[in-house]
Amino acid sequence: MKGKPKNPERRKFLKKGAAIAVGAALLPKSLNASYKGPIDEWYAMLYDATKCIGCKSCTVACKRVNHLPPELGRDGIHDMAIDLSARTKTIIKLYKSKDGSKSSFVKRQCMHCVHPACVSACPVSAMQKDKKTGIVFWDRNRCIGCRYCMVSCPFEIPKFEWDKAIPHIVKCDMCKDTYLKEKGTTACADVCPTGAIIFGKRYELLYEAKKRVKKYPQRYYPRVYGEKDAGGTSVFYLAPKGISFQDLGFPKLKESPARISETIQHGIYEIVVPPFLTVGALYLVLKRSEKEE
Amino acid sequence: MLQETKFEVMRGRIVTKTFLFFAFFVILMVIFLTIRFTEGLGAVTNLSNGYPWGIWIAYDVVVGSALGCGGYALAILIYILNKREFSPLIRSALLTSALGYTMAGFSVIIDLGRYWNTYGFFIPARWNTSSVLFEVAVCIMAYTLILWVELTPVIADKTGWDKKKIEKIVMVAAVLGLILPTLHQSSLGSIHLISLGKLHPLWHSGFLPLYFLSSVILMGYAVTAAESLISSYYFKRPYETHLLKRLSIYMVYIGIGWVIMRFLELLLWGKIKLVFTSGFLSIMFWIEILLFVFPSVMLWQKRHELTPRKIFVYSIIYLFAGALYRFNVYLIAWNPGNNWVYFPSFMETMITIGIVSFEFVIYLVFVKTFPVFPAKEV
Amino acid sequence: MSRYGYLPGLSEGISRREFIKLLTIAAATMGLPVGFVKKLEAAVKSPMRPPVIWLHFQECTGCTESLLRASNPALAKLILDIISLDYHETLMAAAGKQAEDVLYHMINKYEGKFICVVEGSIPTKDNGIYCQIGGKKAIDILNDVGNKASAIVAIGYCASFGGVQSVDPNPTGASGVLQVMKDKPVINVPGCPPNPYNILATLLYVLTFKKIPELDKYNRPKFAYGRRIHDHCPRRAHFDAGRFAKEFGDEGHRQGWCLYQLGCKGPVTYANCPTTQFNDVGVWPIGIGHPCIGCTQPKVGFFLPVKFKVKPQEAVPPEQFPPITVKQGKVTVAGVAAASAAVGAALGAAGVIATRLPDKREVDHEGKTKES
Repeated sequence: MKGKPKNPERRKFLKKGAAIAVGAALLPKSLNASYKGPIDEWYAMLYDATKCIGCKSCTVACKRVNHLPPELGRDGIHDMAIDLSARTKTIIKLYKSKDGSKSSFVKRQCMHCVHPACVSACPVSAMQKDKKTGIVFWDRNRCIGCRYCMVSCPFEIPKFEWDKAIPHIVKCDMCKDTYLKEKGTTACADVCPTGAIIFGKRYELLYEAKKRVKKYPQRYYPRVYGEKDAGGTSVFYLAPKGISFQDLGFPKLKESPARISETIQHGIYEIVVPPFLTVGALYLVLKRSEKEE
Repeated sequence: MLQETKFEVMRGRIVTKTFLFFAFFVILMVIFLTIRFTEGLGAVTNLSNGYPWGIWIAYDVVVGSALGCGGYALAILIYILNKREFSPLIRSALLTSALGYTMAGFSVIIDLGRYWNTYGFFIPARWNTSSVLFEVAVCIMAYTLILWVELTPVIADKTGWDKKKIEKIVMVAAVLGLILPTLHQSSLGSIHLISLGKLHPLWHSGFLPLYFLSSVILMGYAVTAAESLISSYYFKRPYETHLLKRLSIYMVYIGIGWVIMRFLELLLWGKIKLVFTSGFLSIMFWIEILLFVFPSVMLWQKRHELTPRKIFVYSIIYLFAGALYRFNVYLIAWNPGNNWVYFPSFMETMITIGIVSFEFVIYLVFVKTFPVFPAKEV
Repeated sequence: MSRYGYLPGLSEGISRREFIKLLTIAAATMGLPVGFVKKLEAAVKSPMRPPVIWLHFQECTGCTESLLRASNPALAKLILDIISLDYHETLMAAAGKQAEDVLYHMINKYEGKFICVVEGSIPTKDNGIYCQIGGKKAIDILNDVGNKASAIVAIGYCASFGGVQSVDPNPTGASGVLQVMKDKPVINVPGCPPNPYNILATLLYVLTFKKIPELDKYNRPKFAYGRRIHDHCPRRAHFDAGRFAKEFGDEGHRQGWCLYQLGCKGPVTYANCPTTQFNDVGVWPIGIGHPCIGCTQPKVGFFLPVKFKVKPQEAVPPEQFPPITVKQGKVTVAGVAAASAAVGAALGAAGVIATRLPDKREVDHEGKTKES
């Protein structure tokens, strides 16, 4: 230590560095604690693929209620969305097995996750989860259009208006400001002629879904999608026997992608940064004592 | 600080053929940007609901800011490891960093759909500290500012401001300039932690932040070396070979260390089979690894007989290695499923080229106006 | 029946059976239950029926002609009968000054009580000199008569929305009644020609209920013009299935497929043509293979070329379903070229610079050797 030439500037530099680092460590760790809302009481929907007849009333009702323009298909006439988009918040898709022997409809819309990746990802809290209803919704006054929600969503739900100079992020919000407000249910669930999609509280629907699977093992794929998948969702799915949820286009996810990201991100703040600070502080003390000597 | 080293202004006309060449692409960019801001992102880009982020993020922001880490990497050497002999390189490195980061910020504004709402970053009620992107955005904004503050002595040399006052501010800035890139460059990797199931497991791992951070330091040295050599050539100045030789050795350490980390992780997490079974992505993986290994081996073997040309070539290969790794994570190995495809459109690429050209234009003007390069006589 | 007798005995040929039948159709057109037929009958038979003044301006008289030449003559008889027609240039025997005298006598005598029916558009350009009757400008006649009428019924596309003569460049400034008479109740019964049942139903409604029927935003009675042609089109199934006639006389046209691609304006035109039809034998344009031209819809009929394809405004579910995964996204040749060129240029530039850099160890910061 003694032989090395002292560099007063460097010492000053390290000192200030330590001061700033300590200051940073005192900042609140996370303003956004994990959700501890009344999960059971959250609004939810249950889609039973064995009951769906593919009439698309839900799509049309959704468009009518939420004032979405038609998405013209290749013929330029019909509202023929091939996927969810900024003009289509819900869609009926058709699964056909390769040999054509098995088929099933599936309705896609926002899953309103229990621990939503989009909400975790949004830098300016434009994606939010209502603590009381559990609805995941988008706030146009906050959104900066970075599209990280789209990158993060494991179900590919948020969509962007690519053709607009003032674009919106579009996703299902359970008719929060439209139908739900007036009629107390979602438009798709209300118009469904067969009851393939029903609206209710999360615990009721989970109970109902499990009851159906248990009562008709010949009819259903023996699992409810959304109870634990992707950390739990508020939209549950029942598939026909012999068709898995992966066939219907759902990802296999044991936990929310937000969990690993948040764990590591907070880990860096909490586990990696403090040792560095300690070492830095120790170094400073040593330097000072050396100087006093 | 840095009083020991003398710096000087480059002589020569500002408007040269090179300048006009780059200016042409800047004008082209302005035209395409007009379309982007009036007709929306879809009019100029091939971005889609499946690939919401394209080359503007992957290249301009992620690779661009990594290329702008020369100042950061050098600062680690000079301030933390106390290698004062590198200080002649610091000004040009800081300038490249400042330009790189400013352009990265500029690209972000172009890429943001609702850019007028960015003031939200200054409203605490809107902060989402769980968001990696929040941290990245705040750090990058702050760091860009800091880089320009760090450059104020350069301007002060010309304008004759009171250097003593500036020095104190620059000192604080330099400290922050070390902390902030550490945070956000690692977070540029953490961004895709949330892409669980979308990013191929060969790339998706909890160590993403570490890989990004270590490779960005490597890229920082490589870009400093390359830039030093190019400007020495372009402005007909002597080469700083003896410094660059030592930099090369640091690059080798990091490059090899990085590759070992990758393989260790794949082994320990039982993903090693994937390096052969992932088809096209396996190939991309091996190209990426080779781009890190090859220059490391070559530089190490020839460490006693390094010439400007060799250092330049291997630095450039390192830059391509780091860039490919970032492209792999952000675009190539990132697949939203559902059969989406993406390739940048013509206008999208031209805007990126325009941004890079803009950087060159400002660089050329800046070094001919302010003292950035070390004086020939020491 | 008529007060002046120039329309003698028109209703004499109608049997009671026919009479009730027509009233029933009219009631159905208005969406009234069968019970109302009695009420309508009473109104028709009432001796206190308000007189009607029928004005003709810039037009082809097609509305009147098609009415008179209806396959069921009883219908025309009934219409002309129930309304106590007192002035109709095509039908009246009087001519010249005599006819004009009658007109002004009538409007003064029945001021605020009679119904004014207008057929044809009103020229407004150059003070309206382009259409004059007995030296009097159309716009003045309409002002004189219309202002004293209890209500104005505009018959046909010309009177309602200006007609074919109002299409650009519109040399005479042809306008619909509504554009000229801003503060009188105007009922538009558009069409080219309008369905006689709609005329009958509208007049019967006013007579029976002594009020104006519920109107839409273009002042058309909602009972007749409340729904789109597209919504009740017998060819709709072909539309939904995507089967279209592409040319007149092609296979699809002969198979009776949807006429949308021939320029059918049904998706934006509001009228009851598909349900009421014409000539009592179930014919109407789309029925006989011609696309709807939109003659009841302002700015559609005559304004849009016949072949022009309108855009359906509502979300309509198609028959096909999207699969779970679909190939989406764009890769353009120009994009690939530009990106390759950019990467190539970067590599090339690096290569060029590399070859220019010295490959000698001695070259140093101290400047011992100059660069080559």
